[in-house]
Amino acid sequence: MLLNQFLLLGAFLFSTGVYGVLVRKHTVLVLMSIELMLAAVNINLVAFGAANHTVAGQVFALFVLTIAAAEVGIGLAIVLLIYRNLRTADLDDLELLKD
Amino acid sequence: MWFLDNAWLVPLIPALSFAVILLFGKRLPRKGSEVGIAAVGASFVLSVGAAIQWINHLRNADGTSALGALGRAVGRLSAEGPAVEPITRATTWFESGTFKLSAGIQIDGLAVMMMFVVTLISLLVHIYSSEYMRGDVRYTHYYAALSLFTASMLLLVVADNTLLMLIGWELVGLCSFMLIGHWWEEKPNSDAALKAFLTTRTGDIGLLTGVVMTFFIVQRYTGHGSFNIVALNDAASSGKVSHTLIMWCALALLLGIMGKSGQFPLHTWLPDAMAGPTPVSALIHAATMVVAGVYLGARLYPVFWNGLSIGTPGHGAWNAMAIIGGITVLVGATLAFVQDDIKKVLAYSTISQLGYMTMALGVGAWTAAVFHLFTHAFFKADLFLGAGSVSHSGSHHSFDMKKDMGGLRKVMPQTFWTFVIGSLALAGIFPLAGFWSKDEILVNAGRHGYTAFVVVGLLGALLTAAYMTRCIYLTFFGEYRGGHAHADDGAHGHVVDAHESADAHGHGGPHESNWVLTMPLWVLTALAVVTGLLNYPAWHRFETWFQPRVHFVEAPAVPFNPILAIVSVAIALTGIGVAWAFYSGRLRALHDLSVRNAVARVGKMILVNKYYLDWLYTDVIVGGIKGPIAAGAYWVNQHIIDNVLNFTGRGARAVGRFTYDYIDQKGVDGVINGIATVTGEAGGETQKIQTGRLQFYALLLVLAVGLFAAALWIFT
Repeated sequence: MLLNQFLLLGAFLFSTGVYGVLVRKHTVLVLMSIELMLAAVNINLVAFGAANHTVAGQVFALFVLTIAAAEVGIGLAIVLLIYRNLRTADLDDLELLKD
Repeated sequence: MWFLDNAWLVPLIPALSFAVILLFGKRLPRKGSEVGIAAVGASFVLSVGAAIQWINHLRNADGTSALGALGRAVGRLSAEGPAVEPITRATTWFESGTFKLSAGIQIDGLAVMMMFVVTLISLLVHIYSSEYMRGDVRYTHYYAALSLFTASMLLLVVADNTLLMLIGWELVGLCSFMLIGHWWEEKPNSDAALKAFLTTRTGDIGLLTGVVMTFFIVQRYTGHGSFNIVALNDAASSGKVSHTLIMWCALALLLGIMGKSGQFPLHTWLPDAMAGPTPVSALIHAATMVVAGVYLGARLYPVFWNGLSIGTPGHGAWNAMAIIGGITVLVGATLAFVQDDIKKVLAYSTISQLGYMTMALGVGAWTAAVFHLFTHAFFKADLFLGAGSVSHSGSHHSFDMKKDMGGLRKVMPQTFWTFVIGSLALAGIFPLAGFWSKDEILVNAGRHGYTAFVVVGLLGALLTAAYMTRCIYLTFFGEYRGGHAHADDGAHGHVVDAHESADAHGHGGPHESNWVLTMPLWVLTALAVVTGLLNYPAWHRFETWFQPRVHFVEAPAVPFNPILAIVSVAIALTGIGVAWAFYSGRLRALHDLSVRNAVARVGKMILVNKYYLDWLYTDVIVGGIKGPIAAGAYWVNQHIIDNVLNFTGRGARAVGRFTYDYIDQKGVDGVINGIATVTGEAGGETQKIQTGRLQFYALLLVLAVGLFAAALWIFT
């Protein structure tokens, strides 16, 4: 059955995203990794939708895309401001949340 | 019936006037007096309307036209007709559970009569005061207080329940206090005001108790208590309520009457109350407020009738009410002889006349008592206003007959004649008002077995005639002794302000007062002449109109007794003659008797010291409380109460120390500190994972999700 291949692809993509979020130092790359995780979720949604012969999965995928776009917009703006203020975008240097 | 149904307006209008004068009086062109006069005038018109409608109401009930009633009345002595209920209007005052208290008016003959008297005299006094008080420092407040007084007195008159009456009663007491102390800057005046207030308050203890008891009298009879006067009179005359309860109620109320109506031994405040302005004395301390007690007695008469067994033959010939009244007649009349102050003579005379009224109620002569109240109001107000006129224009604002008056007959003819006619009415000379009313009291007392009180009454008549003759002689005859102008000092210096403004319009020697002062005198004199005829023995209009027609008890009416009348007039004339002879110098043998004769000296000393009652109250009772009792209380305080307190204090301190050391420091604080330490340590440990590293947080997140996923996988 074709579903399993899609799920495996999604799992692989999601794991890649998690790995990227956890280990990459640059904030922009972390954001890109988050996008990878969202893409994995989208693949799952579309796959399950097709398997169940319902359009709901695709509709949800569209919602997730829209939300992801907004999230990236806000995320990039935050990164930009952090960079402007602190002259760095390296996550290892950002320890403000400790306070 | 409009006037009767809306009689609540009669007290309401002066009450509004009080507020208006107080708030805006000073800005008005005549400083508020015009508002007061207009308001009381309106009340007077309403009262007259109510009186006329009440009389018509009775006529309709009797089924007779005016002429027919007249014709029938001529032929009979008793005026009893068919029952006519009082006109009542009531509204709910407040409710509490099943108990509902209503407030309203009860208009019957007695109320109508009192409304007429109060509004008429109040109106005349208002007019008189506009001249008498001109230029006074607290002119506006004076008028405000007069308005409030009128309103309160009328409230007391129209009230349909005893509680509302009590409110009116206390309010008139308050106004009396304010007006006696009108010139409070001087100590004697404010002392007199306090004395009046506190003495009447002593009686009010009884009144309050009595009013509470009226509630239970009604409760015993109807099953649910009420303060309503009609219900009370119904219950008291039913004979189904315990006689003991009614008796205690009557005695308690009698104490209230003694305080308010200046009955022995609580009369001592009334002469001192003369410290107030003279128009106030005329209105409050002669014509209206002091008769409130008598009015209460008349209003709740069945309570007294049954409680004191007034009408029961056998042991009814003595009762507390008649005895108190009788003593008061003689005490007041004898003390009037030794007063130099013209107002105090009149004050003691008022006490004596109030004694007559109480005595009349006590011997079962309801109509006679109320009739005497009615006539007395006019001639006594006339005399007081006359005394005011004398002091205002004749004696440089002094009231001392021996120092500042004498010979004023020629310069003040109008005041003189009105005063003489008022005095003759008071002395009971035929055919003036006092003759008819006093005679009715005597004839009733004589026929109901109260023979001793006839003697008291006749003796009182003799003394009354004599002291009024003395008063007139000292004031109006002989040589003028007030040459030393502006010698007023001491108790009378307060009027200097008004005096100087009076001087501005030509105040030289003694002269006649202007028409604002004499007009009320003439009106009252005319009334003092004619009102006695209202109860002319063969006509009995007063009785027909004003006697209650329901729940009414009275000893059977007795016919006019010509012999007694002749005797009483003869006695009064004797009194006048002897006093006249004495003061005009024809009875030399009696002059200076008190210097030569030891018995007479002691007698005079007792009188001058007012039977030592003031001494008894001030030095013995008050002094006793202030001195030994206070010292004793201090000793108890220092030695017993303080010891107890100190012991308690030391014990409490030891307990406190123990609590602090062991419970607070060790127990409570230990727990608190333990909690704080634990929290602090835990915080320190958890602080370590707060690295601020974003990716560490993300790792925790992923691990947690992984943990949950694993748990989900294992447990499902």
